[in-house]
Amino acid sequence: MDLLRFITAGSVDDGKSTLIGRLLYDTDSIKVDQLATIQKQSKNKGEGEIDLALFTDGLRAEREQGITIDVAYKYFNTEKRKFIIADAPGHIQYTRNMVTGASNSDLIIILIDARLGVIEQTRRHSIIASLLQIPHVVVTINKMDMVDFSEEVYNNIVIEYSKIAKQLNIKDVTFIPISALNGDNIVTPSENTPWFKGETLLHLLENINISNDINLTDSRFPVQYVIRPQSDDLHDYRGYAGKVVSGTYKRGDKVTVLPDGIDSVIEAVEVHGEEVEEAFAPQSAVIRLKDDIDINRGDMIVTKNSIPKVSQDIEATLCWMDSRPLVPGNKYLLQVQSKRVRCIVKEINFKLDVNTLERQDNIEQAGLNDVVHVTLKTASPIVFDSYNAIRANGGAILIDETAHTTVAGCMLQ
Amino acid sequence: MPSKLDYLDLLEAESIHIMREVAGQFERPALLFSGGKDSITLVQLALKAFKPGKIPFPLVHIDTGHNFPEALEYRDRLANELGAKLIVRNVEDTIKAKGLKEPVGKFASRNALQSYTLLDTIEEFGFDACIGGARRDEEKARAKERIFSVRDEFGQWDPKKQRPELWNLYNGKISKGENVRVFPISNWVELDVWNYIKREGVELPSIYFTHEREVLVYGEHLVSTSPFIRIDEGDVIEKRHVRYRTVGDMTCTAAVESTASNIDDIISEINRTNISERGETRIDDQVSEAAMEDRKKNGYF
Repeated sequence: MDLLRFITAGSVDDGKSTLIGRLLYDTDSIKVDQLATIQKQSKNKGEGEIDLALFTDGLRAEREQGITIDVAYKYFNTEKRKFIIADAPGHIQYTRNMVTGASNSDLIIILIDARLGVIEQTRRHSIIASLLQIPHVVVTINKMDMVDFSEEVYNNIVIEYSKIAKQLNIKDVTFIPISALNGDNIVTPSENTPWFKGETLLHLLENINISNDINLTDSRFPVQYVIRPQSDDLHDYRGYAGKVVSGTYKRGDKVTVLPDGIDSVIEAVEVHGEEVEEAFAPQSAVIRLKDDIDINRGDMIVTKNSIPKVSQDIEATLCWMDSRPLVPGNKYLLQVQSKRVRCIVKEINFKLDVNTLERQDNIEQAGLNDVVHVTLKTASPIVFDSYNAIRANGGAILIDETAHTTVAGCMLQ
Repeated sequence: MPSKLDYLDLLEAESIHIMREVAGQFERPALLFSGGKDSITLVQLALKAFKPGKIPFPLVHIDTGHNFPEALEYRDRLANELGAKLIVRNVEDTIKAKGLKEPVGKFASRNALQSYTLLDTIEEFGFDACIGGARRDEEKARAKERIFSVRDEFGQWDPKKQRPELWNLYNGKISKGENVRVFPISNWVELDVWNYIKREGVELPSIYFTHEREVLVYGEHLVSTSPFIRIDEGDVIEKRHVRYRTVGDMTCTAAVESTASNIDDIISEINRTNISERGETRIDDQVSEAAMEDRKKNGYF
């Protein structure tokens, strides 16, 4: 059994919450007492039938307003996989929440209302999926029952969406005609769509190959913590604890410790106290080196066959997440893996319209939910990769120096 | 070619990464330990995260005075075996010192009062991070909480001010007086915890397994008799074979009827049950739809 993390993009009106409710319900992940609560709430809201959407709204304000404000995480599993759903709101004023949910996802489900076809929001969600480099896109064309399960309607949407996918260079796209409300093509193939030869949504989620999404060639090991027991029997023990974010590490590997560029050789690789042949992404591990060198939290151990970027001048695409605007000249803390450095935003090069992908130049500041391209200068060199090349080592956040809030998610270039 | 990782390996790797972030980012972290299966899982993860070193933070228990004796006995034994520093602070003392009003009623629970003692303890030791065993699948307010959850100087959670949490980047920067609650097993569900405990061969307090116990039959709930609950005339008291699916206070945790005597039995029981963990065992969540949300806003972990 392995693990798939996915995000659902769409608004309440597209039936997003209903779809999640349906997946949970049809996989027996909703227990009777939870169902009873939903039934009670459905009655309180004056709705006759059980509103599966109520299962996903967690906070009081959300239930009262019938909207999803924040990212909620939901869980279910089948014999084959454990699933983690990031349920993020789809409206433009919640772009930052969607970016947050998308950052950890292996797959995105984009919902299209069959009656409306491809709309501005579809394009926006696809642009975010492409910015965040979500490896797999599943387009579910929902409410097929409202268009008499028309193959023609479905085909037209497929043709239109395929153009967007091509433009955005989204490689893996699958289309499924569904009715989340009635369960068509969710768990079992629908009798209403005999013309559809593809898999059901659950079958796809269970079987899609995600092991190839893990990069096992470019070795990146950010040091989080130095383990030094200093006990009698482990007097000289010095282990670097971290997570293999990509690649593999084994004894005898020639390595470089960045940003200083000091060379050494791996003496041992340990996983949870046991020496192992090799450690690989995304394992947490401990590396010991042959040489006694000064390594701290924030340094990165890499193998010599693939060296990341080490630089103070960085270009990045970022999603601004704070209500106070981003103005060139502002200083922040940049956090990349376990490293935090001060930085200055030197320039906003352009703003990206997340509905159209058009670039707007001469931008003086960026506001909440804006996606902009910036030039940063850091106080000391940071170690990173281009997000598009190695997703696991190209994400960063900006932290406000005084309020300490996370103000931006950055895709480094 | 590396072998494929099981989902438990993936969850474990993520949780260990979080544990190490806590050790790396904070000066005075603590692990909130209750003797329940979730915090026992945290201890196991912390052990593995820092091997061959020791866990670099103390275990802290906020003792309501209404705990199961079996859980307390387990707590002391575990801390002793690990050579870990154990800090215990009592809600009873806070009630006396602050003149707090004890809740009344049939199942008068000190659950909400715990927050006062917790906040005092955080202040006493200057803890900047408290690791807790909450899981997002437990309850819908928890489903929205971050892995690094910042609390203000009153310990309050403000769902509207949560920091975006992207990739595996956790922002633990805080101002003086604030602290961070960290939930390394946020992405685990009940069954994941049990499967992990089984795989790791972790020992549990005896009340998790079937035993004969005198219980008050209260609607669908079976509540252990104890000096902490009020027995009224006409109450049905019976001896039943039960186990605990969760371990909280004796006042608000219900037992489930069970013959499960080992972890395999428990796992197959949970696979068969059609009632959620908190629904079956927690009396305190059923007050209102937003009971947990309200408690969290007041400093509860």
